[in-house]
Amino acid sequence: MSSGFSVFRVGISFVIMCSFYMPTVDSLLELSPQKYFSTLQPGKASLAYFCQADSPRTSVFLEELNEAVRPLQDYGISVAKVNCVKEEISRYCGKEKDLMKAYLFKGNILLREFPTDTLFDVNAIVAHVLFALLFNEVKYITNLEDLQNIENALKGKANIIFSYVRAIGIPEHRAVMEAAFVYGTTYQFVLTTEIALLESLGSEDVEYAHLYFFHCKLVLDLTQQCRRTLMEQPLTTLNIHLFIKTMKAPLLTEVAEDPQQVSTVHLQLGLPLVFIVSQQATYEADRRTAEWVAWRLLGKAGVLLLLRDSLEVNIPQHANVVFKRAEKGVPVEFLVLHDVDLIISHVEHNTHIEEIQEDEDDDMEGPDIDVQDDEVAETVFRDRKRKLPLELTVELTEETFNATVMASDSIVLFYAGWQAVSMAFLQSYVDVAVKLKGTSTMLLTRINCADWSDVCTKQNVTEFPIVKMYKKGENPVSYAGMLGTKDLLKFIQLNRISYPVNITSIQEAEEYLSGELYKDLISYSSVSVLGLFSPTMTTAKEDFSEAGNDLKGYVITGIYSEEDVLLLSNKYAASLPALLLARHTEGKIESIPLAITRAEDIVQIVTDALLEMFPEITVENLPSYFRLQKPLLILFSDGSINPQYKKAMLTLVKQKYLDSLTPCWLNLKNTPVGRRILRAYFDPLPPLPVLVLVNLHSGGQVFAFPSDQAIIEENLVLWLKKLEAGLENHITILPAQEWKPPLPAYDFLSMMDAATSQHSTRKIPKCMKETDVQENDKEQHEDKSAVRKEPIETLRIKHWNRSNWFKEAEKSFRHDKEL
Amino acid sequence: HNLSSLQPLPPRLKRSSCLSPPSSWDYRHAPPCLMAYFLQRAGRDYEVFERAPRPGSFFTRYPRHRKLISINKRYTGKANAEFNLRHDWNSLLSHDPRLLFRHYSRAYFPDARDMVRYLGDFADTLGLRVQYNTTIAHVTLDKDRRAWNGHYFILSDQKGQVHQCSVLLVATGLSVPNQVDFPGSENVEGYETVSTDPEDFIGQNVLILGRGNSAFETAENILGVTNFIHMLSRSRVRLSWATHYVGDLRAINNGLLDTYQLKSLDGLLESDLRDLAILKDSKGKFHVTLKFFLEEASTNQSADAITLPQDDNDNFAMRVPYDRVIRCLGWNFDFSIFNKSLRLNSGNAFGKKYPLIRASYESKGSRGLFILGTASHSVDYRKSAGGFIHGFRYTVRAVHRLLEHRHHCVAWPATELPITQLTSSIVRRVNEASGLYQMFGVLADVILLKENAMAFEYLEEFPIQMLAQLETLTGRKARHGLFVINMEYGRNFSGPDKDVFFDDRSVGHTEDAWQSNFLHPVIYYYRYLPTEQEVRFRPAHWPLPRPTAIHHIVEDFLTDWTAPIGHILPLRRFLENCLDTDLRSFYAESCFLFALTRQKLPPFCQQGYLRMQGLVSTESLRQHRVESRLLRDDAPTGRDLEDSSQHPGDQELLGAPLAPGPLAQSLDSNKEEL
Repeated sequence: MSSGFSVFRVGISFVIMCSFYMPTVDSLLELSPQKYFSTLQPGKASLAYFCQADSPRTSVFLEELNEAVRPLQDYGISVAKVNCVKEEISRYCGKEKDLMKAYLFKGNILLREFPTDTLFDVNAIVAHVLFALLFNEVKYITNLEDLQNIENALKGKANIIFSYVRAIGIPEHRAVMEAAFVYGTTYQFVLTTEIALLESLGSEDVEYAHLYFFHCKLVLDLTQQCRRTLMEQPLTTLNIHLFIKTMKAPLLTEVAEDPQQVSTVHLQLGLPLVFIVSQQATYEADRRTAEWVAWRLLGKAGVLLLLRDSLEVNIPQHANVVFKRAEKGVPVEFLVLHDVDLIISHVEHNTHIEEIQEDEDDDMEGPDIDVQDDEVAETVFRDRKRKLPLELTVELTEETFNATVMASDSIVLFYAGWQAVSMAFLQSYVDVAVKLKGTSTMLLTRINCADWSDVCTKQNVTEFPIVKMYKKGENPVSYAGMLGTKDLLKFIQLNRISYPVNITSIQEAEEYLSGELYKDLISYSSVSVLGLFSPTMTTAKEDFSEAGNDLKGYVITGIYSEEDVLLLSNKYAASLPALLLARHTEGKIESIPLAITRAEDIVQIVTDALLEMFPEITVENLPSYFRLQKPLLILFSDGSINPQYKKAMLTLVKQKYLDSLTPCWLNLKNTPVGRRILRAYFDPLPPLPVLVLVNLHSGGQVFAFPSDQAIIEENLVLWLKKLEAGLENHITILPAQEWKPPLPAYDFLSMMDAATSQHSTRKIPKCMKETDVQENDKEQHEDKSAVRKEPIETLRIKHWNRSNWFKEAEKSFRHDKEL
Repeated sequence: HNLSSLQPLPPRLKRSSCLSPPSSWDYRHAPPCLMAYFLQRAGRDYEVFERAPRPGSFFTRYPRHRKLISINKRYTGKANAEFNLRHDWNSLLSHDPRLLFRHYSRAYFPDARDMVRYLGDFADTLGLRVQYNTTIAHVTLDKDRRAWNGHYFILSDQKGQVHQCSVLLVATGLSVPNQVDFPGSENVEGYETVSTDPEDFIGQNVLILGRGNSAFETAENILGVTNFIHMLSRSRVRLSWATHYVGDLRAINNGLLDTYQLKSLDGLLESDLRDLAILKDSKGKFHVTLKFFLEEASTNQSADAITLPQDDNDNFAMRVPYDRVIRCLGWNFDFSIFNKSLRLNSGNAFGKKYPLIRASYESKGSRGLFILGTASHSVDYRKSAGGFIHGFRYTVRAVHRLLEHRHHCVAWPATELPITQLTSSIVRRVNEASGLYQMFGVLADVILLKENAMAFEYLEEFPIQMLAQLETLTGRKARHGLFVINMEYGRNFSGPDKDVFFDDRSVGHTEDAWQSNFLHPVIYYYRYLPTEQEVRFRPAHWPLPRPTAIHHIVEDFLTDWTAPIGHILPLRRFLENCLDTDLRSFYAESCFLFALTRQKLPPFCQQGYLRMQGLVSTESLRQHRVESRLLRDDAPTGRDLEDSSQHPGDQELLGAPLAPGPLAQSLDSNKEEL
């Protein structure tokens, strides 16, 4: 199965490559026989049409062949027209004009010859060529006996895709062959054109093409027949693809969560979900029923067994079936159905399978460069109609700005109404306003720089969004934390007082360190920093004050420099000047000597001290650890971490085994995106917890701690030693690709050139790198004439290939997006 | 005329002088030392010499009929002051919002007296140093190696006082009425002196020479009382709505076109004046004849004796005698006060009435001599707005910036921003910048990329014809490629004979943006700074040399280029493809994923998330993110989905992949080789 998919994916990248760098290779190469044979490469397939040099330049066949260049190229098959000239006699050059043939070579071995009348159109060409190449993957049969033999041979081994088409070379045949190209190694494809054979399977409407999925892999008893599922949609490449995907999906899935939240591949394919509600007491019977229903609905709906007992949400008492439509936003239906046939008919009556038309017009199949692929822009756009409680923040204008920020302590959000990032952050900003409503002395304001450009420029705001805090008698401070509710709230709350706090007595210092003094603030800053100085250390105190000011809004800082400071420094074994670090969650107080006293150094010391030894890594805190530039040792845990593992890790930290690493753990419940990270590391996913070492900064190797070993100190030490000695193999290497443009842009320069053809001799593909120039040189000459001929209206860049079903598939998946 | 003089100065100090006799006509008038404002703000030593006792004396007399045709658009529905300048054709630039013309007049086409008042206030409020009642009679050069430009400018005023300066800024406008020499030209009244009282024209046959706004303005005034008005000019009338040039005939003055086409006796004729002669007959009426006939008859030059065209062609159009002939042929620059040593010459063909200058507004003949205001219009004559207040207020600022760099080592102002702000900074400017909008094709914004394209500098309103000299003129480096943001009309859209109302004149689809007709932003990308040769020999009708890539933001009916899909997305794709990077924005969660699953991060994550300034998505946005399939929901959905049969590639297909494409490349496959 996996190989099938790699083909699929390689296909995609291949398409992207050709489309981006060689947008118009799709004209037919014309070569002499000698030249042609010199281009043949071992293992590569090539279709060549031999014709007399003096034959007409155009014919229906040549037009169709020209059409087929692009689709065949997608399958790695080159196409050429070979002009037989008198000087070069080739045996492939027929003797008479009307006896010209097309030949299919693999390397320089002739695979097949085709009289041109069998290749009557582009579908026939593609179908025939793939048919010839996929000789092993697609078995052609003519009678029932052959079918039974194949079936018997594959029982317990592999599934079969059997199809009937009326004739070879028709569009349905091509669709089957294209599917076989992708899935041929996963499934046995069987093809017939015999109506009798189809009839003997009991099919109706035999005038149409049919495709069956034979579930032979499950069959263990050789006397048993393979189950069959008929594909009910018309035979198109896309439909076959979707059909096979549903066949691949698990027949029955057990779930124990809110049906509204459940999503499976079926929903993504536009099929509904049927939940059979089960209870502990009747589990076995329910499961059998569900399986039966699942077989009946295979290819039409996804069937799941919903375990009511372990469910947290309530579902109606009597409901035994839950029906979830594929359309977004439609609530699930709770049904009471006492007959399984009713379930089937309910599904059949409530499913609108949208006819997905394959686009006939190639020009319409432009690249989706007009589809938003910026997640921030897209989500903001989708959310544009929702009304935000903006009234909780004061909207400033040129007239009110100065008066407002002078009159009260204010936070100002500078944003631009047209900028997506600004508008995404505005939502968090409003959330902060909601949370602070009526409790804060800080005025939350905002100014739209799209309207009040001058004000923003005067405040030195040249990019968006920016948050600044204006406090009386102080310079405005720019907020430099995460653009989210939590961190901004923390910043505002912590800024209720000014830093560093001046502590005046030992008792107050103790209260400060214990968290008593600023009880309401320590939920925002789990660490309080206290600088201890003797009264004479003026410079050091100033530097610390500056550092405290720089850190305001991020951590609580205080200063103590009374005469009796030694009492404190002695108690915490610190020599002056020193920092005391009170970690409130752990109830610990550490001391750090302050040898260097430049303000920025103090800021750095405090920032480093805020890091934990074995933190739970989250979206918010990763950057703090990431900047240490050490490999991450991550324990992925499904929920809270097992205390024993934590203990083991902390022991290793203390024993200095992990100094060159950043050990941490990830809670998949708090950070669900961790699952996608795991999927990038593992295939298949190992049971959790799993310990992984990720060499992010040099090489990108990922190593996994063997899942059969217990996570205990001895094993870990051993593993780390082996790692260090280079004795461990990495499980994967993180891709090192640069972030390139996700899609091409409109090439207006070429369009302008094409419109004024005198410029076309200077045509340079846009933004092409020097290295590409050489490769593209050849194609350039050929496509120039083609471009010129096209009417202006159709001169839109065709980056994407025709008949390329991934795109079709994607398009259809996106249907709900467009609705 | 007013010129100025200053006491000789120590060589290090610069004296700039700004000559400001108003000139030209109508709303094209010299900047009443707008330059002085910039010099004042920069703390430079300068002096302005003005012939009249107050600024803007041109407007005390002109336009003769007192109505300015520069729009005073007081309402746009927008608060953005910079945007509003796009539709304010009268204000000068200053930091003081009170000095906006809309506070001086409520009329859409304001009275010239309001302009005089405004200009006076401008000079007074800002405390500009102007020596009034000073007429500069002569300007010459004094070579001196110590001078900034190798010479000083020596100005003598009417009292014989001599002034010396290092840099001379001439903003004397066009002050000499243009006169065409032909027999009988003495019979012609000039626009400058002709009566503006319609009573004086009752029942008269009037011939007007010229076909510009002054000609039509004059006609408009007397249209209702004359028998008829004939208007004679060398070439056809140019309507500003068709040429998109504000100096051509504006609709407000075009009443005569109406009456001509509706056959109400008025009419337009084309002929070269130099071939004609105007004769006065015994009754004092004027006859039009050909100079050729006059030469034949040489001696007796009265209309009664000379052959008239109608003698041969009895249906000759101008066979009626005229009561008055009025000349409205525009104005020329006054070259007379400049000594030959300054080599201040007039331009060629089109630009005869203007002094010849470079695109940097510096005279081609003398370094340090700059022409500002209306007189500088040779740079963009019949193209853009450089001859008018709403245009030259920006070119004056550009010259000031050039001087600041040349003489004071102050680099051209620029904002340095991270690359993630690239799209936004362009969107911001194309939506509000007034200088780009008014001086389209002349002043353009320039983005200079920093190494590795991780940051850029944004320079506003640079004279694009000087692009090749950008580094020396601005003090900025353009080593890593640049973008130029220009505003343009469609290549084939403007012209006196163009139908600008044809069907399909506007373009709506982003893929057709390059065919946009109305003013729209165009972005040029150059990998290297073009050379002077490339700028000079650029393709015909291109404002700039051929770029590496070009992008048109599709024209917009509302000139609001902020549509996420229609405007911003194609712009981003263009920038991405030029820079070969990914400029999308990502939520912190995506950056987190990338940070742990890839060795490289997109710029947005590098410059935001990794610096602990990631964008956290709210719950509602997160929901949209899942629905848009730009993010898969990571919550586990069922036991089977958790199992290993799910191939990662499978997942990638379902959502539009966020990660860049080449990921799949490393997977091997024999199928590809098939």
